[in-house]
Amino acid sequence: MRRLLVLVLLVATVAGFNAFAAPTKLTLWTFQPLHLDFYNAVVKVWNAQNPGKAIDLDGQAFPYADMHNKLLVAVQSGVGAPDIADIEISKFPNFLQGTIGLVPLNDVIDPFRDKFVQARLAIYAKDGINYALCFHVGATVMYYNMDIMKAAGVNIDKIDTWDDYVAAGQQVVAKTGKPMTTLEITDQWSFWPMIAEQKSDYFDKNGNVWLDNPTNIKTLQFMQDMMYKSKIAVAAPGGFHHAEQYWGAMNAGGFGSIWMPMWYMGRFTDYMPDLAGKIAIRPMPRWTKGGFRSAGMGGTGTAVLKQSQFQDLAKKFLFFAKGSKQGNIMIWQILGFDPIRWDVWSDPAMSAPNKFTEYFQNDSVFKMLLAVKDEIYPVTLTSKTSDLTDMVRNTIMVQVLQDRSKTPAQALKEAADQLRK
Amino acid sequence: MRRSIGSGRFAPYLFVLPFILSFLLFYFYPLVSTVLMSFQEIIPGQSHFIGLLNYERLFNPSMYKAIWNSFRYTVFTILILIPIPILLAVMLNNPGNPASAVFRGALFIPTLVSVVVAGTIIRLLFAGSPSAIVNSLLGPFGVKPMDWLIGNSTSAMILLVGMATWRWTGVNIIYFLSGLQNISRDLYEAANIDGASAWYRLFRITIPLLKPTIIFVTTISVFGGFAMFEESYILWSGNSGGGSPNNVGLTMVGYIYLKGFQGGAMGLGSAIGLILLLIVLAVSIIQLNLFGFFKKEDG
Repeated sequence: MRRLLVLVLLVATVAGFNAFAAPTKLTLWTFQPLHLDFYNAVVKVWNAQNPGKAIDLDGQAFPYADMHNKLLVAVQSGVGAPDIADIEISKFPNFLQGTIGLVPLNDVIDPFRDKFVQARLAIYAKDGINYALCFHVGATVMYYNMDIMKAAGVNIDKIDTWDDYVAAGQQVVAKTGKPMTTLEITDQWSFWPMIAEQKSDYFDKNGNVWLDNPTNIKTLQFMQDMMYKSKIAVAAPGGFHHAEQYWGAMNAGGFGSIWMPMWYMGRFTDYMPDLAGKIAIRPMPRWTKGGFRSAGMGGTGTAVLKQSQFQDLAKKFLFFAKGSKQGNIMIWQILGFDPIRWDVWSDPAMSAPNKFTEYFQNDSVFKMLLAVKDEIYPVTLTSKTSDLTDMVRNTIMVQVLQDRSKTPAQALKEAADQLRK
Repeated sequence: MRRSIGSGRFAPYLFVLPFILSFLLFYFYPLVSTVLMSFQEIIPGQSHFIGLLNYERLFNPSMYKAIWNSFRYTVFTILILIPIPILLAVMLNNPGNPASAVFRGALFIPTLVSVVVAGTIIRLLFAGSPSAIVNSLLGPFGVKPMDWLIGNSTSAMILLVGMATWRWTGVNIIYFLSGLQNISRDLYEAANIDGASAWYRLFRITIPLLKPTIIFVTTISVFGGFAMFEESYILWSGNSGGGSPNNVGLTMVGYIYLKGFQGGAMGLGSAIGLILLLIVLAVSIIQLNLFGFFKKEDG
């Protein structure tokens, strides 16, 4: 009798273990608590679909600089890294130096490679190996305040080139007395997309400093002329488009338009509530007939660390979250970003009502995005990117656009020479 | 053996051991490691020595600007934060008066305010738009709205020094008050009898006898001034990573942060840190020499 009891107990225990296979614990670091909401939602779906490979996700959000410093030190010293980590794009080059501590993702990406916006895979790749997946395309678009456009009699669908844009701007200034747009003088989101549209960049494809090329000089001159010649633009209040002062002035209907990446939609819904129903999104103007009308800006690459004990599972989960159709739809639903797989943009789920479709006049922003999906040129990032962006933010823009102490050529040349040292 | 532990031979070492250990671990090791790193390029798995290259890279306009800003800031804060707190401390130094307790408290409160909160409020008060508070207050007096924080080096320094004055006056008053309490009342009584005026008493009794306190406050102000980072980081915060337009708010520690942490160039950051150490050491030694700190009291 007693022996039987022991046997029954034993069988029950073993069966019990099988039925409740302990979920694998994966740690994930991010610098953005909103991203955790997304990952936690994805884990629920993953666990429902893969009962045998359940994941217990331990997501931790740290402050931006803290997280990247910790992660870099962990990679350098070889201990203490999480299984999965979010790495902001401007920090990413630091992780591609020396012995790379990230796991190649080519095997999970390859079957669907053509479904991704190629530029967004290229920015996290080195020598043909993909090390991370991005949250969004960051396609730069033009946001028009339609009240002002109507008052000025401007038809935004007729604006095709930057010359058209300037002409429309002059009409807006003449009719309403309001500036057509604002330029960032302490950040780079006005300048960088404009040069990226023309296939120019800060660095050339080989990673050499290319900041002072003729296209960039011409473009910066164009920006200066917008402020002082055609007078359609002013410096963004507070210096950049993430300043409280700017949000207040824009929200009060102070400016006709602004070009920023798609992820700026969330800033409108959160910080400029009075403009609800008044903003229409269109592609950026192009420079020449047949030129590009957008640029992919910013981003967060999520990578699997080589220190992880469960590299394979982490890789599959990461791809499910950021590379699968379902994950990409959730990125839009939860975070409001333009996901990197263009084949989901036409999915009905993407035009279902949410706070973004309610706020903006467009029926579906993704229809518009599909038109420009092949007009996005990848930017090149190097270990000097963060030095260079500091210069764009702290000296070049201010000196050329604000106090005009230097000409575009002087400012760009000086900064480029300093970096070439 | 048992006797020797209790004896005077080992016990002293045992008692200083915790300090020695924490000193070696948290001060000495990082110092040595910083010196080594300043000659290295720090790359995951492949750090290597690059000679003086990090130091050569420091000869650039941003570094000069950082040194100049830190130096100016230190000088201005010392020029303001020594005389004003001394005068206030003298005025507040009558324990019987309830009003003086109230003022002491009021002047100390800013110290308790987090620099993040204070910096954010100042940033919004001094915003560039005509409708921002300070610009709209100055408007009726014919002052044109100005961009206090963007690109203008003078107004930026005024704000930084003003913020330091607002925050640290209270602390320095406490130092000087405690210094004042060590001065014997008899001296003032004797001076009164001899008919010395209030100014005469201040310059002949109070200030000379406060000298040790003044030396102390000046020394910590030199350290504090050169180590300033948070104030400028917050005033230009959001301005992505410690930078400010035209580098008007760039300090030496800000530059370490910018290069070492934002830029991932730990070697370069270490080199800046060592230069900062040398500058502070030099300034402190000159300053202490001027005050005659190293001279023997001649009785």
